[in-house]
Amino acid sequence: MQVKNRVLSLDETDLGILEALQEDARQTYAAIGKRLGIAHSTVYDRIRRMEQHGVIKKYTALINDEKIGGEKIMALMTVFTDPKESEKVAEKLSKATEVLEVYTSLSEELLIIAKVIADNQEKLHDFIANCVAPLSGVLRIRTSIITKKFKETHFSIVANPKKLTPRRDKGR
Amino acid sequence: MKDETSSKTLKTLPREKAFYFFTSIGNYTGESAASLKEFMEKINAVNVKSLEFHLSRGDFEKWITEILEDKGLAEDIAKLQKASLTGDLLRSQLRALVSKRYQQLVGFTGLPR
Repeated sequence: MQVKNRVLSLDETDLGILEALQEDARQTYAAIGKRLGIAHSTVYDRIRRMEQHGVIKKYTALINDEKIGGEKIMALMTVFTDPKESEKVAEKLSKATEVLEVYTSLSEELLIIAKVIADNQEKLHDFIANCVAPLSGVLRIRTSIITKKFKETHFSIVANPKKLTPRRDKGR
Repeated sequence: MKDETSSKTLKTLPREKAFYFFTSIGNYTGESAASLKEFMEKINAVNVKSLEFHLSRGDFEKWITEILEDKGLAEDIAKLQKASLTGDLLRSQLRALVSKRYQQLVGFTGLPR
């Protein structure tokens, strides 16, 4: 079985490279090649191809926010919206530096869930009262301040091997 | 004599300057007031927890001073805060204060009540 990503099919080699990059994106092409038993030039080509097709979106650093932003608070904000205005509200929230993540969801009502960061509760309230509540289409808001984080991770090929069963052919 | 603040205080405000009623940090009720008249009406409509929340934080005073530019009404509301009123007593006292001031200002301008 091959894994299709719109136009790009990923084989076992691609998935092996992605797995290696998710473990450590700073390792060399040679190190990845050695691990997978392929030439570093093949690793380079495959990575370039996956970057060009948007399979690899970007390389970033996972920062431990508890080490650098101990004083800041995080909150999950649920914004109930008029369905006609929901997209616009989500787009405006996405532009705010205080907002880290934005999702739309449909339960009994159309709502937006956003993760917000602020220096303290007062700043959090000021942001919601002055920048979110006045947005056209906002019906009401429920906010929960996060007190403790138990898990935070991203989709991982390593953790989801069954969801990405690769094509069993060799190389490309 | 015409009250100098009457026209400023009775104006209808744009969305970004309206008062938004919350019941606690980040929890917006969906009720807002874009004028003194609307504020007076919403005092009866909102959850009393919202009135307690904003009164304890001094939000009413701040909005009335900075946006409606009515220091006198803001000072009267500050007295309610000092009295630590809660529940329906707070609602009725607040409503009485704002209503009295509104009627007074409308009287100055000659607007229909």
